[in-house]
Amino acid sequence: MNQFGVFVQKEFYHVFRDKRTLLILFGLPIVQIILFGFALTTELKNAKLVVVDYAKDIASGQITARIAASPYFSIEKSVLSNEEMNIAFRRGEVKCALIFPSRFNEDLLHLNKAQVQIILDASDPNTAKTIANYLQSIIGDYQRKLNAGSSEPYKIEPELRMLYNPEMNGSMNFIPGVIALVLMIVCTTLTSVSIVKEKEMGTMEVLLVSPFKPIYVILSKAIPYLGLSLLNFIIILLLGVFLLDVPVRGNIVLLFAESTLFIISCLSFGLLISSFTDSQQTAMLISMMGMMLPTIIFTGFLFPIENMPLPLQIISNVIPSKWYYTIVKAIMLKGLGFQSIWKETLVLAAMTGVLLTVSLKRFKTRLA
Amino acid sequence: MRTLKFLLRKEFRQIFRNRSLLPIIFILPMIQLLIMPLAANFDIRNINLAIVDQDHSSYTQRLISKIGSSGYFRITGFKPTYQKALGLVEQEKADIVLVIPQNFERNLIREGTQKVFLAADAINGIKGSLGSAYLTTVLTDFNSDIRTEWVQPQKLNAEATIDIVPENWFNPLMNYQFFMVPGILVILVTLVGGFIAALNIVKEKEVGTIEQINVTPIKKWEFIAGKLIPFWLIGSFDFTIGLLIARFVYGIIPVGHLAVLYLFLSIYLVALLGFGLLISTYSDNQLQAMFVAFFFIMIFILMSGLFTSVDNMPIWAKIISRLTPVTYFIDVMRMIVLKGSGLSDIKYQIFIEIAFAVGLNGWAIFNYRKTN
Repeated sequence: MNQFGVFVQKEFYHVFRDKRTLLILFGLPIVQIILFGFALTTELKNAKLVVVDYAKDIASGQITARIAASPYFSIEKSVLSNEEMNIAFRRGEVKCALIFPSRFNEDLLHLNKAQVQIILDASDPNTAKTIANYLQSIIGDYQRKLNAGSSEPYKIEPELRMLYNPEMNGSMNFIPGVIALVLMIVCTTLTSVSIVKEKEMGTMEVLLVSPFKPIYVILSKAIPYLGLSLLNFIIILLLGVFLLDVPVRGNIVLLFAESTLFIISCLSFGLLISSFTDSQQTAMLISMMGMMLPTIIFTGFLFPIENMPLPLQIISNVIPSKWYYTIVKAIMLKGLGFQSIWKETLVLAAMTGVLLTVSLKRFKTRLA
Repeated sequence: MRTLKFLLRKEFRQIFRNRSLLPIIFILPMIQLLIMPLAANFDIRNINLAIVDQDHSSYTQRLISKIGSSGYFRITGFKPTYQKALGLVEQEKADIVLVIPQNFERNLIREGTQKVFLAADAINGIKGSLGSAYLTTVLTDFNSDIRTEWVQPQKLNAEATIDIVPENWFNPLMNYQFFMVPGILVILVTLVGGFIAALNIVKEKEVGTIEQINVTPIKKWEFIAGKLIPFWLIGSFDFTIGLLIARFVYGIIPVGHLAVLYLFLSIYLVALLGFGLLISTYSDNQLQAMFVAFFFIMIFILMSGLFTSVDNMPIWAKIISRLTPVTYFIDVMRMIVLKGSGLSDIKYQIFIEIAFAVGLNGWAIFNYRKTN
């Protein structure tokens, strides 16, 4: 046992000697939290809009004023020729143009019917749709005010309640996502590199001929990274709770237990990578470059998995972070207990088991 | 010049000898380009809906079939009470619960007004708000169907209506892949170029071969150029394959000139590789270089406007976004490919990217010391 302690100590020396890597290790989640929390939002703000007003009457003026007053839009230039508008769109200076035809107000008053045209830069379809929705609701409001006299009969009034997140705090969704992402990348990379490095440098040979059992070599490598990852997890959790007002509604002990399980599954994955690579370069490129986009996309915190084509939905099931993300969401945000997440936990545990068995089987005690 | 030729030969030999590196450089990005755009889809569909129908009238039947045929919803369960339906939300089997109260049909016709209740899982804000917006639209449609059945037509026409005529430029079918594929291609080129360049010099440091180079008469700039050119060629090659995939798999044909696209790519790659080499000259070992590169590239990707628009960001974030070379390339890529922007439309971006290229490479050459 004493021997084992010495080996763990050795691994800790490796980790703490490299200050810059350590800095990145803990800086990474902090920066991500700040960016996701304050910078990245799909909520429309200050979309650049240009109004081409051929009418210049009361109605067009009032609608323009309403649009200018909303936080969603910022009105760029007011008068544009067709040619100028084309250029503005091509250069990406505006996202949307709103065109009032001449005699807009007159048509509205006398014919009870008038038209406005919206031109959208649909190269970004999602923003285009959101802009169209907001403009429609602003114009719809104006129209309702215009018809304020007449009441609508037979009216269905939908009453809406936003569950778990009534303030629509965007951080709710991504804090579990960031936890999953950071742990996945960091654990996998660190384990795979630390083992492959010993192979590359030739020190693995020394470890394997020592009386120390190979399984302990692996265990002694896993323990420091398990510790570091848990620390990282605590930092993200604290930042989320105190900086971004994300609640922890469920049992915190359960949350830690599940996180430990997830970290172990990532460590085993790293072990697996190390068993079929023999240079640090390859191990790192696979665990970072190879894993970054799939983890971002298949975890489901950015893009809902139900939207994906069926084969991809099936693929997403083999990504451990997807299951962990569901678990964290359930415990932290919905305040559910173990009885609601035992299935996910089982899947995660089974994955860990398989990864661990395969990688231990593949771990060679003899070097070629 | 002759020295450079030998250096290049050495680099290429090292790259092509490394059997495990080759698939990472050439095959992995292509697989990702084939899969990622299908997954990266913000178009909200297949919203799971649980219905609590306490009325069981002909109106509720009509409403339910209207919701089902709207194409956005998948009705995943009928439950007798709200509490039971909430259980489906907890198990992630439903995103929205719609409660139709008792006497829905009778009250609507007799009293002239009736409430329905919607409860949406708002943890994913976009899904929650868009989903309930879609459902409200269906309800409004259903509402006006009912109204036209009960109200005389002339009374309806008395209201002033404003017709909104939307027109979608550059991507009339609102295909999300047209938006994502060019952006993802930029990211893949960035990942390959940035990471591999960052690992390169530091590997020579770690293995010790840099000493051998340091004692030769190779000049600093020759050494950096020798590292830069092979990766520049690999980046351009990957980009070209990516464009072909975009053309033949996703049907994306650049509207603008390919020449302009490649001009920008060549400047961008110089800037990006300069960045990688800079990290490499500062790092002591490969793990460190990789983590530093990962740290910055992660920020670059998140801030570049690939997933979320730069316009929505607060001012300080916009400034960071403007300070990352990736932002400009994603911008320009989408402009040229989708909008057909020409050289004159992107001259501002070109100047900035040149500034990045000169600055980063100058710094890398300056920081590379031949003595320890």
